[in-house]
Amino acid sequence: MAAEAQSETGLVFHPMEQFTIEPLFGEGPIHWYTLTNQTLWMAIAVLVIFLLLVVGTSRRALVPNRIQSIGELAYGFIYKMVEDVAGKEGVKFFPYIMTLFMFIVVANFLGLIPMSFSTTSHIAVTVVMALLVFVSVTLIGFYKHGIGFLKLFWVSSAPMALRPVLAIIELISYFVRPVSHSIRLAGNVMAGHAVIEVFAAFAAILAIAPLSLLGIIAMFGMDVLVAFVQAYVFTILTCVYLKDALHPAH
Amino acid sequence: MEGDIVQMGAYIGAGLACMGMGGAAVGVGSIVGNYLSGALRNPSAAASQTAMLFIGIAFSEAFGIFSFLVALLLMFAV
Amino acid sequence: MTTEAIDAAAGQAAEMAEAAGHAAEAAEKGGMPQLDFSTFPNQIFWLLITLVVVYLILSRMALPRISSVLAERQGTITNDLGAAEELKLKAQEAEAAYNKALADARSEAQRIAAEAKAEIQADLDKAIAKADAEIAAKSAEAAKAIAAIREGAVDSVKEVAADVAKDLVTALGGKAEARTIKAAVVARLKG
Repeated sequence: MAAEAQSETGLVFHPMEQFTIEPLFGEGPIHWYTLTNQTLWMAIAVLVIFLLLVVGTSRRALVPNRIQSIGELAYGFIYKMVEDVAGKEGVKFFPYIMTLFMFIVVANFLGLIPMSFSTTSHIAVTVVMALLVFVSVTLIGFYKHGIGFLKLFWVSSAPMALRPVLAIIELISYFVRPVSHSIRLAGNVMAGHAVIEVFAAFAAILAIAPLSLLGIIAMFGMDVLVAFVQAYVFTILTCVYLKDALHPAH
Repeated sequence: MEGDIVQMGAYIGAGLACMGMGGAAVGVGSIVGNYLSGALRNPSAAASQTAMLFIGIAFSEAFGIFSFLVALLLMFAV
Repeated sequence: MTTEAIDAAAGQAAEMAEAAGHAAEAAEKGGMPQLDFSTFPNQIFWLLITLVVVYLILSRMALPRISSVLAERQGTITNDLGAAEELKLKAQEAEAAYNKALADARSEAQRIAAEAKAEIQADLDKAIAKADAEIAAKSAEAAKAIAAIREGAVDSVKEVAADVAKDLVTALGGKAEARTIKAAVVARLKG
């Protein structure tokens, strides 16, 4: 069943059309190397990160200007988060976490520009990032603690009879992590954009156009908040998982 | 307009799935409300727990997003 | 749903047309673009490249630079704080010296005031003593004068009394012996 294109009222709902991936040049099937609109916006995200963190700090000013302040704030924010949540040992992985955070937050905010493309609304993108975190965290855990990493699932503070049951629950929740980790981000971004699109479709009726405009503005404000909060949540959950890998004992 | 019964069922299911978002809303409201009441009792400890607040919101909200996803799947992908 | 298609293929062909429309649209749009698995290899490939590029940018250029800037600023702030601490100590020293000078000046002033006071007191004492002496001299003189006057007065009284007594005696018909009268008057005056 495809998208409901047109009903008798003349309203046109295409809430999902904005996420379509199209080749940037010409038509045709999308091969693994094809340059698409998503590729373009990923490249723009890279450019923005470069401008923000490399060009913006090139003056190395003692008293920072605005762009340098933003870069330093982001650095301090993530550094403190890693240190607080994952502990001193986690600081080693700070560049990886910073990479994830900067990419997600910049892509989220770029997606809020009208007519742009939301990279992070695609489940493929977020699943890959979540799986990267999941696999690397699991490998780090086994590398650091060997078989002792499995103590993560053996809740030693619970009564003996409950422990096998809890171990199964913990194991399931461990493997559900990448699912919720990825779908949370993609779902939030997708939901925000789709709702804005639905409100925009209502603007076709003159009588409720002002209301729909207000709705769009309110949802946009909400989406700005969501764009940052979801990047923050993705990052802090990465830190929490990292902490579990570094200190598996409950 | 005429449609087939499968589509009707899918749309009804999508609407039902949206009720799940209400549950997530209740959960998020409960978390933030409890955080706030705790923070007002002991404001000095509030700042150290904002990370836990956001983690809790994220976990709770994820289920609302799941139901939203189910609704979307029913509408567009089934 | 494509109502145009249904309208166009009216009548008996409606169901067939609808089915065909479904199939065509599904093939054309594929529902949610997120679930279009044919684009997944492309997305994953470019995402990995993007992440690697971002990681290289951050770990090679941005993060070392920002951390060095932050460390530099921290160092500068620490140095400035040290310098401020030093200056504060100096200021405290200067304040102590100032307080000491102030106390010295105050004690000096007190000393001078005490000296002046003593000097004045001495002058005053001298003047008072002189005045006292003068007063004593004057009063002695006066006493002498009074004594002289009193002496004179007693003599006159004696004389007057002798005269009066002689006159009385004469008037009473007696013969006044000057010597006896005098002696009687003196005895009377003494008594």
